[in-house]
Amino acid sequence: MEVKPPVPQVPPPVWGDFRDLQEWEKYHQHRAVDDKTSNTLASIAEAIHHMPGGWIVTTSTEKIFNWARKSSIWPVTFGLACCAIEMMATFASRFDVERFGMVPWASPRHSDLMIVSGTVTIKMAPMLKRIYDQMPDPKWVVSMGSCANSGGPFRHGYHVVKGVDRVVPVDVYVPGCPPTPDSLMYGLLKLQEQVAEFQKTGARPASSGPK
Amino acid sequence: MNTQTQVVELGYGGNERLMLNMGPQHPSSHGVFRMILTLAGETVVAVDAVIGYLHRCHEKLGETLTYAQYPSIASKTDYVAAMTAELAYVSAVERVGKIEVPKRAQYLRVIAAELQRIASHCLWLGTWCLDMGGAIGGGSTVFLYCMREREMILDRFEELTGARLLYGFHQVGGTRYDVPAGWDTKVRATGDFMEKRIDEYEAMLEGNAFFLVRTQGVGVISRELAQEVGVVGPLIRGSGVNYDVRRAEPYSSYRDFDFRVPVETAGDCYARYRVRMVEFRESIRIIRQALDGLPDGPISSRPGVKSVGQVRVPKGEGYARVEGPRGEVGCYLVSDGGPKPYRLKWRGASFTNLAVLPHIIPGHKVADVVAIMGSVDPVFGEVDR
Amino acid sequence: MTAADASTRIRERFGVEAVMADGVLSVVLPRERWQEFGRVAREELGCAYFNWLSAVDWKDQGLEVLCRVENLDARLVVMMRTRLVAGEARCPTLTHLWRGADWMERECYDMFGIVFEGHPDLRRILLSEGWEGHPLRKDYAVDTPFTPYR
Repeated sequence: MEVKPPVPQVPPPVWGDFRDLQEWEKYHQHRAVDDKTSNTLASIAEAIHHMPGGWIVTTSTEKIFNWARKSSIWPVTFGLACCAIEMMATFASRFDVERFGMVPWASPRHSDLMIVSGTVTIKMAPMLKRIYDQMPDPKWVVSMGSCANSGGPFRHGYHVVKGVDRVVPVDVYVPGCPPTPDSLMYGLLKLQEQVAEFQKTGARPASSGPK
Repeated sequence: MNTQTQVVELGYGGNERLMLNMGPQHPSSHGVFRMILTLAGETVVAVDAVIGYLHRCHEKLGETLTYAQYPSIASKTDYVAAMTAELAYVSAVERVGKIEVPKRAQYLRVIAAELQRIASHCLWLGTWCLDMGGAIGGGSTVFLYCMREREMILDRFEELTGARLLYGFHQVGGTRYDVPAGWDTKVRATGDFMEKRIDEYEAMLEGNAFFLVRTQGVGVISRELAQEVGVVGPLIRGSGVNYDVRRAEPYSSYRDFDFRVPVETAGDCYARYRVRMVEFRESIRIIRQALDGLPDGPISSRPGVKSVGQVRVPKGEGYARVEGPRGEVGCYLVSDGGPKPYRLKWRGASFTNLAVLPHIIPGHKVADVVAIMGSVDPVFGEVDR
Repeated sequence: MTAADASTRIRERFGVEAVMADGVLSVVLPRERWQEFGRVAREELGCAYFNWLSAVDWKDQGLEVLCRVENLDARLVVMMRTRLVAGEARCPTLTHLWRGADWMERECYDMFGIVFEGHPDLRRILLSEGWEGHPLRKDYAVDTPFTPYR
């Protein structure tokens, strides 16, 4: 009698449908790599950085500049739907973000951050891109709520953009429907950590882990 | 030498029009709303309102989601007043399916709807004054006060349902959550506190001459226009028509409560403001009565597994409406006997409220446009669905 | 003007039986008499309040246009309905009677493709001007395949 060796049972993958991830890989916008505030200054900073002892100057100035950038991020009021109400609650008296220096500002030409709060529809997407283009560099985008992250509960709708990252590059994704002001504030503080790593001269890796 | 000064009139002819775009991103457009104003100087001559920037395919999604899945999507139509939006949908399903709702659930729905009305009017008052005063020019005073009061009510909702803005409170046949311990004492305390604060805000606003000048006589909707266009809520009651769904077609035990429906005849922004301020107080009265008379019993006629399972609705159709803070929110449902609706139509209050704008804005100044938009209080989830 | 008076008047004028169901007087009309009934409802039945106008796609049996108007003082609700022949999508307008029909008919045109004859400004209201297709028809899929912006 022939004894057959046991057939190795490969368990089915837990997350079998990789289509969403592949789709995200294919369609999301990448952050522009040339968003340096000035190429001349960047090359001067590089030169100083590579001089003997020059790294003291560049690291200190960058720390100061990044501290200034992260302590006064001005969001443009871009409320689209329900998340806008929670964004307004975050800017209001109980969950005040003004203590972090974030003054909501209506004009995109004077702001650093766009908090996309609400569903992006196909009709609205060009307007969103236009407002994003009107913001001066350096700029960041926080995608607030599940509609902005991936289309949310309306993902299977013909008029809904499946995530704002198909239109603009996103730095922080805040989940929730809608995210509580606490969650949004946590996302904004995470963004501040990202801003503190912004634009470092020389090939220094960004420091990882929470501060 | 000729010392007489000559006055030369540099007229522009008086018939040059400027098209001004109050775009979808605007601090006072209350959401994604675009108005293309045709101006002659500072006066608006024509308005073309463009909507649809938040069209989220609610009606098509309603045909693809079951009756148990849809209520949490329904709350996103009128996201500032999610309780009444969900109530419209589940009432329509219950009407078509002839599903009974227990008395305790009806009273809970009333308490939730009236608390929601107070929270929504708080947001209305805050954002309206913010738009009229300017974020730096003093409008943020009322905004911050009102948001602070609104946080108290959202705390009550968080204790009841677990969510602050979009609750999944209603389900077909009743409600999903019951009152936690000590909740009704807290709600009564909130109501008393709100009453005192509303007195304060009324005194503050009505003693302000700028507020009165900016709102009285502005944005007058005549009685006939209001009925023809189908405006609802404080807009139609501010124009002299006594139409409140809670009285016209009482739903969910509103017959048991004694409350006044405020009606003003002036039809301007000030009249709508007065209607909403009285509604604040009447809502607190209704909540007190409902808490006093809250009966015991089940909170849903389809509890447990039946609440998430298939709801069987026979073939038929029906239209159920509720009185939301913005007016009549209705849901027309056609069922073909399956697990999902065949056709779902949302009658959004803000849709018709906005449809009246091209008729009333011409003749006003640009600054009045902001005051009128605020007094109309649109929510774009309802408009664009 | 009670519901009974209204249904008598409708029976005399139009020869159709108005069905009273759940507080709503439902009248099924042929398309040709749509505007005439609207005028009767507005002037004689006193239905000055225009609630909503919409449509239902019954696939092979055609589109059905519904319009709900009310007389707020007399608490009379009239639901006008008309069935369009399958494949056809034209219906007379009611904008000259009630100004609220303006946006509601534009939405019907946008979602179902029903052209309202006599409408002053029939263009898409919720979707962008160049959109192809009418979403709420039953042959329109709820979602499109994954493509950028869609």
